[in-house]
Parts: sequence; structure tokens; C-alpha cells
Amino acid sequence: MTTRISARFTDLAAAGRPGLVTFITAGDPDFATSLALLKALPAAGADVIELGVPFTDPMADGPAIQAAGLRALKAGQTLAKTLDLVRAFRDGDGVTPIVLMGYFNPIYVYGVPRFLADAKAAGVDGLIVVDLPPEEDDELCLPALAAGLDFIRLATPTTDDGRLPAVLAQTAGFVYYVSITGITGSATPDADLVSAAVARIKRHTDLPVAVGFGVRTPEQAAAIAKGADGVVVGSALVEAVRASLDENGAATSRTVADVETLVRQLADAVRGVRRGAA
Amino acid sequence: MTVPNSFRTGPDERGHFGNHGGRFVAETLMPLILRLEAAYEAAKVDPAFKAEMDFHLAHYVGRPSPLYFAERLTEHLGGAKIYLKREELNHTGSHKVNNVLGQILLARRMGKQRIIAETGAGQHGVATATLCARFGLECVVYMGAVDVERQKPNVFRMNMLGATVIPVTSGSRTLKDAMNEALRDWVTNVHDTFYCIGTVAGPHPYPSMVRDFQSIIGKETRAQLLEAEGRGPDSLIAAVGGGSNAMGLFHEFLDDPEVEIFGVEAAGHGISSGQHAASITGGRPGVLHGNRTYLLMDGDGQIAEAHSISAGLDYPGIGPEHSYLHDVGRVTYLPCTDQEALAGFQLLSKLEGIIPALECAHAVGKVMELAPTKPQDHLMVMNLSGRGDKDIFTVADHLGGQL
Ligand SMILES: Cc1ncc(COP(=O)(O)O)c(C=O)c1O
Repeated sequence: MTTRISARFTDLAAAGRPGLVTFITAGDPDFATSLALLKALPAAGADVIELGVPFTDPMADGPAIQAAGLRALKAGQTLAKTLDLVRAFRDGDGVTPIVLMGYFNPIYVYGVPRFLADAKAAGVDGLIVVDLPPEEDDELCLPALAAGLDFIRLATPTTDDGRLPAVLAQTAGFVYYVSITGITGSATPDADLVSAAVARIKRHTDLPVAVGFGVRTPEQAAAIAKGADGVVVGSALVEAVRASLDENGAATSRTVADVETLVRQLADAVRGVRRGAA
Repeated sequence: MTVPNSFRTGPDERGHFGNHGGRFVAETLMPLILRLEAAYEAAKVDPAFKAEMDFHLAHYVGRPSPLYFAERLTEHLGGAKIYLKREELNHTGSHKVNNVLGQILLARRMGKQRIIAETGAGQHGVATATLCARFGLECVVYMGAVDVERQKPNVFRMNMLGATVIPVTSGSRTLKDAMNEALRDWVTNVHDTFYCIGTVAGPHPYPSMVRDFQSIIGKETRAQLLEAEGRGPDSLIAAVGGGSNAMGLFHEFLDDPEVEIFGVEAAGHGISSGQHAASITGGRPGVLHGNRTYLLMDGDGQIAEAHSISAGLDYPGIGPEHSYLHDVGRVTYLPCTDQEALAGFQLLSKLEGIIPALECAHAVGKVMELAPTKPQDHLMVMNLSGRGDKDIFTVADHLGGQL
């Protein structure tokens, strides 16, 4: 079955360029602004959208994404409303892949079978759940694959060759290579090391590899994109959201425009990179 | 539910205690967690490791800790004969050191030079700072900003011992947030850092490893009570934060069906107030900090802020083995309010000349309730997990500043 994700990466390969994967947090700073942001992303150059599911205790996230999640929760965001957001987005966009990214507890509490059915119906394409390594595949990964949702695994600098096959075994859609040992938005990855790591992963799989964690500027995005099928930018975008808010933390007329501008700059940089046949 | 043949066989090879436990961690940490498990399995059967543990437990920690007959408390309550397992007499003043010694010796075997820890009351932080000083290791302790304020004496002790204490200002600024920050540090510094978890929680193998290091409490208790009374206990009781002092006492006796076992959860202002830390009494199963277990949370799976007068119990979860022991009905978990704990704190101080930590004052609070309902030949053992010096400011505050 071709999913929106595999269709998108096939198109990117045919066009000979890497993709831009943009992360924003669902419901940040409020539902309506978040929906406007989502709708603006594809036109600004996002090839794939990662939508962060807010959680009180995001253990793998740095201060920027932690704060974005808390803003969203304060504005009343829930997992059910995040699915509403996807549904509303799908009304006008049937092709841009949406991947939910977050932690297991909200999904577990929602109920795995009900969540998978509702997510699929809402138009979600894939899931990234940070605290579900292959050792816990029974929990969500295998049921998600059975329900027709891609389960996108994280590979990291500590995932050695011995472990890679296990990490890749049930991965679908693309592989997310975490470019640093650390939390989101912290250290800047070294482009050469990253491209060597991506090459190592590609020896084990035909899936596209997107690289994220710590990529902030158009220059960094372009440098990383040279050695990957996609580059993920998150903290820099939610920082742009934060910087646009008024003193009460409410959205302003700049919020969507500022994020659009940054996405356009990132997309220009990433689209300038040519890739050989994948 | 069918009753298993033994309550002492868990966890399975994937770290599950019934429905609870597991390894819910980021991929970055998974290879290290597997290495830790292998290192611990090797150490467990290595006589040299056991000899090293025994030596330091005797000469540095000061074990065995006494099992003390609380004569005046027994007389006052007029029921069960009450024994106190005196873990507060250990070096550093609580049971926490038993576990830290084990983990630090393991970290040395694994060649790790940098140790991180989370702490609530500061007792685990102090124990970790102490052993890092003793073995010349770098030590970083994460502590919620609220707890830094209410457990100042322990912050001073950690600084004195050469540790770096990092106040955590995210979330509820207590133990849960300290654990988040410690996990973030670990993910970042995974190549050289050993995470010394302070209770029977976290991803497998921590819950069973910490329990094993603490189980010396129950083993000594059995031998000491046999010597004093010629038989085993009728009931056991301990306060439960994450649950390490309780598992340490309980594990030895789980398969003795005649022994009644009580875990005491912090009920804060009362369960109905919503301001408490009683995850079994007031929570549901969920996934946090590497394991599935009973958690306090809202309908969307967002973790709730716990409340307890005791920093060491102020956590919205509980170790997975306790959740299992609750599910199968082997251990009874009772809530104890701040007020009941304060009453226990004062009673034990006045009658026995022992000022308990606020954590185990919760156990005293329930001993006051349970002991009078038992006959005089009933042997009740309570784990006195720590001493109360660190809590004098908090207690003075609550009693109207009578310090
Ligand atoms: C003296 C004492 N008892 C009990 C606890 C609670 O932890 P646990 O439930 O792991 O024994 C603490 C934690 O800080 C403590 O300091």
C-alpha cells in the first residue's frame, strides 16, 4: 500500500532533492492559530509535517518544545483535539503527509485500538513515539502497522550496527535519524558525521532517512540535507511561534507570517540541494 | 485473578511485573540500558561483587541496622507488639545508601566516571554524593526547586560532599521534574554517565536491581526477629514513595502467606481533595519515566502534580512491582494524610526519642491506626526508613513555627 509518506518521498527522489520536514506543536499557542499554521506550512515549502502531541513530561525535549507543549496544554489541547486539528487540515490538503510525534502515555490512556482507528480516519499517516523502542513493539508499533499507519522509528548515534536491524525491522515510511545524543534543540550536529551515519543506516534499509534534532538555520538545514533524504526542523519553528506572541502569550498578526517566512527560507535552502539517484 | 505460585519471581525477561514495568525509553538510552542489565546480571553472580558489597555495608554503611522493640509506642497503642527496623541509623541517615552503594560499585565495574541522580527529600542525593566522594566520582544531582527550598539541610550536605546540585524549575518543580531533567542529562551524556536511580522505578532493570540492593532490609529483619521472638512477623508496614524501602522490607516475606503487608501512600490533604500523592489509591495505569505503573493523571493522560508534605513521597507514580502486588492483592496500600503523618512524627519523637523522616512518619501514622486493632501477640515490623533532621523546618512551619 502506498501511503502519503512513501508517495511524497518517491516524488522527492524523482525530483532529485531532499525534503523539508517541519515540526510544530499541536494547539500552540491555541487551536485556531495552530490550524492556520498547519495550513500555511505546505505552501511555504514543508514536504512533510510532524505534529507534536503535547505532554506534561516530554523527557526527550529541550526547553523550546517543552514550553510549546505547556502553552498548548494551557490552551486546552488534548489528543482528541489534535486529531480534530488533523481532520480540519485534511479538508483542504489530501497529499501532505502528517506524522504525529510524542510520548506514549496520552495514546495509552486514549486506548490504542480506538486511537489507531480515529487517527487513521482523521488523516494521520505515521507515528513517532519517543518512548517506544523496539523492545516494546507489541504496545503500539505492530497494531499501528496492522491499522495501516507508518511507525517511524528513531535511530540514534548509540544505535550500533548490531542493533540497527532490530530498530529497522518494523519501521515504515522513513527512518528518523537523531543527529545528536541529546534532547531536541540542543547541540548542533556535525554534517559530516551525520552523512556518514545516514550512509551506515542506508546499508541496512531502502527506506528514506530524515535527520533531525538541533537543526536550526537554513545553512545548517542545507548542510545536513546534502547527506539525507530529509531534514527536520522543530525547535527553531516553535521558537518563532514563541517570539511572535504578545506579553500574555497570545498569538499576534505576526505569528503565522513569521513561521511562514522561516519555513520559506529553510525550504529555499533545502531545495537548493541536489541529490543523486537515491 | 488467579493467585500465582510465587510473588517473588518477577520481573520477566522484558522487565514486566504483570501488566506493569517494561522499558519505555528513548532509543538513545536503550543500548546502555541493555548493557547495564548485562553488567548487573554478571555482578549478581560474581562472588567478588558480593564480597565488596558486604565489606562496605558493614564498615561504611554500618549494617546490620538494629531491629528495635518500640516498647513505649507499643504500650501507648495497646495492641500489636511493634518493632522498628532502624534504617535511619545507616550512614547518611536513611535506607537510600543501600541501593546507592550497589549502583556505585556497578558503575565502577562499568568504567563510568560521572554519576547523575534525581532526588526529592535529598536523602538519595546525599547518599549518592557521599559514595561519589568516597570513590572519587563526579556527581550531579537534579532536585526540584520546591524541594531545594524545603530540604535545605540536605542541599548543604550535598554541596559539602562535592556534588553539584541543579535546581529544576520546569513543571511542578518537584521529584517528577527532577527525574525528567536527569533523563535529559543522561540522553545527552550517555557515553560516560551512569544514572543512579533512587527508587524501585524507571526502566527495567532498575526496579528489580534497586529492590535487590534494598532487600537486605527484609533479610536482616527475618533473622533479627527470629532471634528476638523465635518466629517471623505477622505484619509489615512501610511508607511508599517510589517504593524502595518498602520493597526492601517486603520482598523477603512475599511468599509467607501468614504475613500481612501494608504499603502507606501519601494522601496529602486527603484523597477527595485531589491534592495527594497516592497513585494506587487515586490513580490509573499509565506510562512515565520508563515504566508502566499506577499514575496520577487527567483524562488525557497528562501527568498530574502530586502533593505531599513529604518531599520524598511527592511523586505522581509508584514502582511497577508495587502496582503488580496491588493488582494481585498481595499488599494492601493505605493512604495517610499530611495531618496523620505529622501526628506520627510527633508521637514517635515523644515516646521513643526517635525523630522520624516525614516519609516514614506516614508509616507511623498508619501504625497508630492498625496496631490497636491487633492482639498483643501480633508482631508488627515498621520500616523506619530515615531520620527527621532534614524535616524540622517543614514540621515547625506546620505546627505554627514552634521551632
Ligand atoms: C527517609 C525516606 N523514606 C522513604 C522515601 C521514599 O522513597 P522510597 O519509597 O523509594 O523508599 C524517601 C525518599 O526520599 C526517604 O528519604
